[in-house]
Amino acid sequence: MVYLTRLEHFNAAHKLYNPAWSKERNEAVFGDCANENWHGHNFNLYVTVKGTPDQDSGFVMDAKHLSRLIKEHVIEKLDHKNLNLDIDFLSGKICSTENLVVEIWKQLQPHLPVNITLHSLKLYETPRIYVEYFGE
Amino acid sequence: MQKVAVYRTEHFNAAHRLHNPAFDDATNDKLFGKCNNPHFHGHNYELIVKLIGEPEKDTGYVYDLKKLSDLIRKEVLHRFDHKNLNLDVPEFKELNPTAENIAITIYRILRPLIEDHLDLQVRLYETERNFVEYPA
Repeated sequence: MVYLTRLEHFNAAHKLYNPAWSKERNEAVFGDCANENWHGHNFNLYVTVKGTPDQDSGFVMDAKHLSRLIKEHVIEKLDHKNLNLDIDFLSGKICSTENLVVEIWKQLQPHLPVNITLHSLKLYETPRIYVEYFGE
Repeated sequence: MQKVAVYRTEHFNAAHRLHNPAFDDATNDKLFGKCNNPHFHGHNYELIVKLIGEPEKDTGYVYDLKKLSDLIRKEVLHRFDHKNLNLDVPEFKELNPTAENIAITIYRILRPLIEDHLDLQVRLYETERNFVEYPA
């Protein structure tokens, strides 16, 4: 079993805000991230799949094909968007990096080839903050 | 003359959109593409402030970099970080917040606060691959 990782990136605006709470409570919990006029990030997404290298190609999966699938099903939907306002699959959800990585998994996983297992997603919100998800 | 360049790196996360209100929607879309999204998008901006001068006799410093850091935080980051550049920063009320204009704006904020005998240059990374410098 070999693990293959592809890095893609997107730039987006968001805010952390729970509409069930008062403005004051949102600011107490989320601090600067609750700014009502949004802020934004350069997100980096590491997608790791696993499989057995193909006898003929030597590939677990063609990395270019993996890139195309991530771009089509994730990046094109998120890049240069407002995560709170523009994304149907995030509607009604708090746009934390944790929630975002789970929803990205749901978007991407069904489109991978049947012999490929999605192992993990690693999503960087800043160079110093990232989350990992293993589909559990 | 023993001129030395000293640098301080800081960062801020902000939302913006590129838009020229003098043009119609189609022209804005053509000029700015995805960056024109009316709901904004965002970036992790990396700011590098460069000062050039001779080390002072008493300290050996061109400029105390802790002092420079405090100055950038107070005058720039405090106003730009976790903000919407178009909506929250008065300088961009009528100025398109391109990386170029953000760099010029930061230069104009800092220039009067740093001694005249020191040369100042601002480098601003909007993404890892897109960055600008002012003055050129």
